[in-house]
Amino acid sequence: MNIKKAVITAGSPSQKSLPLQSLIDRDGNDKTALQLIVDETVNAGVEEVCVVICPGEQSNYLKAAGEHASRLTFVEQDNPRGYGDALLRARKFIGNETFLHLVSDHVYLSPSQHGYAQQLVEVAMAESCAVSAVQPTRENLLPYFGTIGGRRIANRSDLYEIKNVVEKPTPTQAEQELIVAGLRVSHYLCFSGMHVLTPTVIELLEALLAEAKPNESISLSPALETLARRERYLAAQVKGTRHNIGVKYGLLKAQLALALAGKDRDEIMVELLNLVAERHVSDTPFPSTEVEA
Amino acid sequence: MGSVPPNKQETTLRQVKPQSINYRDDQLVDIVQSEDDAVRNQSLDQICDELDFAQIYDHAQALDCFWRNTDNLYHRVRALFFLSSIHQYHFPRFYDNESVGKIPFDSYQHLLGRRFVEAIDSLLITQSADGPSDALSSALLQAYHGLAFQTLADQVRKSVRTVRGNQWMFRIGHPSDHPLRIRNELLQRASDSPAFPILSETTAVRMDFSHSGWSDIFFLGMDFPAGARVINASINLGVMGRDDAPKPPIECYLRVIDKPVLRLVSIDLKTSAEIQSIAELFDFASDYLGLLKAAVIAAGIVPPGMEGCGQRIESLLEKLIGPGLGLEIVSKVNNIPKGSRLAVSTNLLGSLISLCMRATGQVSEFDGGLTEPDRRVIAARAILGEWIGGSGGGWQDSGGVWPGIKLIQGAEATENDPEFGVSRGRLLPHHSVFSDEEITAATRQKLQDSLVLVHGGMAQNVGPILEMVTEKYLLRCPEEWEARQQAIEILDEIASALRAGDIRAVGAATHRNFFGPLQKIIPWCTNLFTNSLVQQCQQKYGEQFWGFWMLGGMAGGGMGFIFDPAVKREAQHWLQTAMMQTKGELETRLPFAMNPVVYDFEINDRGTWGELQTNGDARMPTEYYTLMIPARLKLPPSELSSLSQHELELLGSEYRSNGHSESFQKLVEGILPDQKPERESESLNELLERIGFDSDQHEQVRSDLKSGRFGLAQNRLPTNTSITDVKPEDYIDTQANLNSKHRQLGEEAIRGGKIAVVTLSAGVGSRWTEGAGVVKGLHPFCQFAGRHRSFIEVHLAKSKKVGLQYGRPFPHVITTGYMTDGPISHHLAENSNYDYPGSVSLSPGKYVGLRTIPMVRDLLFQWEEMPQQILDEQQQKMRESSRSALVDWATQAGEGSDYQDNTPMQCLHPVGHWFEIPNMIRNGVLKQLLDQQPELQYLMLHNVDTLGASVDAGLLGLHIGTEKCLSFEVISRRLEDRGGGLARVNGQPRLLEGLSMPREQDEFKLSFYNSMTTWIDIDQLLAVFELTRGDLGDAAKIDESIRKLSHRMPTYITIKDVKKRWGNGQEDVYPVSQFEKLWSDMSGLPEVSTNFFVVPIQRGQQLKQQAQLDAWLRDGTAEFVNSLCQWN
Repeated sequence: MNIKKAVITAGSPSQKSLPLQSLIDRDGNDKTALQLIVDETVNAGVEEVCVVICPGEQSNYLKAAGEHASRLTFVEQDNPRGYGDALLRARKFIGNETFLHLVSDHVYLSPSQHGYAQQLVEVAMAESCAVSAVQPTRENLLPYFGTIGGRRIANRSDLYEIKNVVEKPTPTQAEQELIVAGLRVSHYLCFSGMHVLTPTVIELLEALLAEAKPNESISLSPALETLARRERYLAAQVKGTRHNIGVKYGLLKAQLALALAGKDRDEIMVELLNLVAERHVSDTPFPSTEVEA
Repeated sequence: MGSVPPNKQETTLRQVKPQSINYRDDQLVDIVQSEDDAVRNQSLDQICDELDFAQIYDHAQALDCFWRNTDNLYHRVRALFFLSSIHQYHFPRFYDNESVGKIPFDSYQHLLGRRFVEAIDSLLITQSADGPSDALSSALLQAYHGLAFQTLADQVRKSVRTVRGNQWMFRIGHPSDHPLRIRNELLQRASDSPAFPILSETTAVRMDFSHSGWSDIFFLGMDFPAGARVINASINLGVMGRDDAPKPPIECYLRVIDKPVLRLVSIDLKTSAEIQSIAELFDFASDYLGLLKAAVIAAGIVPPGMEGCGQRIESLLEKLIGPGLGLEIVSKVNNIPKGSRLAVSTNLLGSLISLCMRATGQVSEFDGGLTEPDRRVIAARAILGEWIGGSGGGWQDSGGVWPGIKLIQGAEATENDPEFGVSRGRLLPHHSVFSDEEITAATRQKLQDSLVLVHGGMAQNVGPILEMVTEKYLLRCPEEWEARQQAIEILDEIASALRAGDIRAVGAATHRNFFGPLQKIIPWCTNLFTNSLVQQCQQKYGEQFWGFWMLGGMAGGGMGFIFDPAVKREAQHWLQTAMMQTKGELETRLPFAMNPVVYDFEINDRGTWGELQTNGDARMPTEYYTLMIPARLKLPPSELSSLSQHELELLGSEYRSNGHSESFQKLVEGILPDQKPERESESLNELLERIGFDSDQHEQVRSDLKSGRFGLAQNRLPTNTSITDVKPEDYIDTQANLNSKHRQLGEEAIRGGKIAVVTLSAGVGSRWTEGAGVVKGLHPFCQFAGRHRSFIEVHLAKSKKVGLQYGRPFPHVITTGYMTDGPISHHLAENSNYDYPGSVSLSPGKYVGLRTIPMVRDLLFQWEEMPQQILDEQQQKMRESSRSALVDWATQAGEGSDYQDNTPMQCLHPVGHWFEIPNMIRNGVLKQLLDQQPELQYLMLHNVDTLGASVDAGLLGLHIGTEKCLSFEVISRRLEDRGGGLARVNGQPRLLEGLSMPREQDEFKLSFYNSMTTWIDIDQLLAVFELTRGDLGDAAKIDESIRKLSHRMPTYITIKDVKKRWGNGQEDVYPVSQFEKLWSDMSGLPEVSTNFFVVPIQRGQQLKQQAQLDAWLRDGTAEFVNSLCQWN
């Protein structure tokens, strides 16, 4: 299995500007979120990247893509019908190859020089099958993620065989269907927004779209649920963290994570402590939990 | 096995060292532990009946050691029940008047605080030091019993929490962690409307064909899954004559609102609340919305883990729904009265939970029916909700969530279940719905054409019955165990009959179930009302009456009668009349909460059902607007939310287009008040006038109460009073000291017409019916010689037997009060005094009090200063919350003011049994007796609930021989005998009321309890009143002498619980103040000469609560009472 292509979905009109946001990377360089994501793919050995975008955004994205702009192919998602549809728009680009897929509103951080995507691609190549990156996630965050149920592969601490996939499950359902042995209580394996997928997924998405009512959106999770029954499909607990920049304070948290993992760590730590200390000595009471009047 | 004789001196040598005992070879321990059914299912009673005291004592020690060492919860519980039973039934056989013991006060305090293990330890240490005694056994049995139920309840709760799908809710502790989101569909408004869509849920209730002997009790299902089986049907209901057609009785509604509050509305209870803080939601007793609150919590909208987080509901709603938005949840049960035995409240809980879970995407179906896994989650949450709300239903009660007719059975716990290794069965049973092939549509129709479903109207508490069932099951009482097997077979029979379409056979089976196994397990599941109705059905319809059908835990409320379809329609109407008539005959004797009703019903084949109204005109039911609109109309339009404004406008346009519609008429009638009849307050005044209320005395008591001269704290004697136990010279042990001389003297007195009996029945016995206000003396509480008999009938039967024995029937006087006089007089006339051969006269009360709103200081004294039984965790929370509501009520209603907000009868109170003898003097009954029978010299006075008290010739002779004025009978004290006893007060022996004990622990120094039975020398007593026989016609002198003595008697303030009924079978309980003077204080007057007779417990035991009945029957006391009686 050779993985040379990647698809980044950025077609959601409400999030079209997220990949264009500026961040300082670990080395102190100014980069857009898009650059950071594309860097991930290139580090993983990907040669061509397809970005599914909102119509009319190509020039903005090209500007934001930095040194790897030449590797990018753009597909516009007009009349968008959901996440599954966005991926489906890249079907020509994908052809019959296994591909890396990333969402555009996440920034990934690996504890070592071995990148997040790189780890995932290596697992997929070693196992010769589709693999999704997952992170143990506390149940209060279930409304934000696709979640898998499955079992740990013998003698592997980081690899799971996926049995079922549920998009944004309630904790009630999660507790009944998605408990994975070996995790901490109240934690589930949630997608990190990064997958290595086989072309079968495209077939499954096509079938879903064909069955959907006119204008109904299709999601990726049902296709992945079917994929788990159709062929070997694994989940890998990749070393590193993912940061959703699309949620409240998401960009700030991602920036802090990058800074605290990089060369400016001490400087940022000092700044943070100063902020905390100043706040503490001021007259305004320190914000505590809300107390009922 | 050692040999310890029942002699206490030798037993004293024993030390309680459980660890040193080898319990492994003990036969009883073996029974508890065995996996072999033949061993496991042996009966404790059968084994113990063969043993002597020493052998049972050894077994008890082994069992005590065993429960402390076993890890298996169910073994522990069974061993505890064995121990409780040994102390209740097997040891007492060996106790005599010599085995008087005292319960250490610290054990009593441990018991009240639910520290059962500490109580057991302390009691066993005392037992090993002082020797076994009746008193210690009575406390040990309570301690073991309490620990067993506590262990069980804890386990069921633990299981509820560990069911998958419930666990997460206990971990979420802060709104910002809330993992649920409202379904998007509920946020989609029509473009021009502020109204959000409304999601509704309609749910049936469940009707049991059979529960195989209450096998739906959680513990039973978890211990004996194979025997836990229920067939029930989901049914739609209508009240005959009121509703057009049956429909699912439960309707619930949910919508998003434009105000960040959680608004809960109960249409039936006519109440609503806007919850602003999470703490309010966990306050269950502050209003009538406890069930809705429990549902919101159990559904995970506000997960139970958030209790105590101190947050506002707004922050939770922002996370769940969005900023500035709130949620409204409305419930309606179509006015189905409480106590229908159709599990209305559990199914309402299920319905609300289903609705909330649909709204938050926790079940797979947003609308329409539910899938089986969804229903199971909802059932598990309903069990959780019952626990949170402090109520308790069976494990099959949420059956209305399922469609059609189903078999629900216990399931073995397997490796993947959290119960595995803990209990044999799972908490959640398995449901199999019968298909149309198994039970055809024709059969279902036939059932509807035959069964008449009714609510008999009785108010009942099933709780004690469920405890009795659990205990008997664990002890494998032979009759119970055999009956249980029969009940299991009958369930199979019912299933076969349903499959065969033979409704007559169904009726025969349910009938046999009720009159056979169910009554064998729990004789108290029937009552005179039910038996009478069944008898009337048999007489009226003969072969066309196919059988009776008990619903739920007991008969009297919801019940079924199966008729030949040819007469069903007619029988339905006839039964309505027959029930009303029978209720009319019995309502002074049995507690009824409402008038009986007949239902129309049909089987519900779709189960609980959800629907979404999406357009801008989505409407709540009409009753909702009737309830909510008046308050909104009072607000200026600027203060109304745009949604409320919009709803008013919608109603306005409806009025313009269709103002004459029935629903609109109802709405207007509901908004505009009707003229209130002023009848009620007048009738209270009339009543007071009629029964000779002494308003001067009332004013005096009330002002003393307000000023603090009277009060619960003031009841007590000064703390420097010396209270010690009596010495042997202070009392006469009648078992040891009665001889033939006494007997002869007594016999001569009876033959010579020197004795009469006075039965005290002026009060209603509020503890007996938990404040329901029926006449205890007339309560047909137990079946003797094949019929339900009342207390008064028992007393007359005893007097009859003694009279016949000595060839001279004696006069029998029954004292009555304002509530009991009419009913007793009427009842005795109807039954020709039960053919009592002597004279029966009533002595009507001449004194009455008016209850007052309690002083807050007295309420607090009662709750904080007096020992209180701590309830289990959840019930305790309920109690605390209701107490703060009661303090508010007392303050708002006016402390110490007259209590008038109830039926007139419930506002009055009897003023204590001290007045009973003065009544007899004042109302001329004593004069009449003496005129008719001048040889009369003695009276035996006793309480209506002291069933063992009879005119015993020996005791009478002893009383005559000692020539004292009064001889009080006392018994050795048991744990439950609270409220005073025989004491030396500052060195003088006398009876001391519990109310006047200076310190709680003083009571525990006393060996003897006052049974109230008193032998009276008439002339000596008259002399105490400064009267002679000749003065009995002089009203003025009598009044003066009684007033004079009355001033010398202490006045006690007490707090009594009074029920107030409202709505459809709803009841509230209020604590009210009243005062009383007590007979036993006569023993403290220096001029009264007294004896104290120690008599056997069976003679002096009082039946105060219905929960005592089962033990009373099982320990042989009922048989003892029966042996004293001569029945017609």
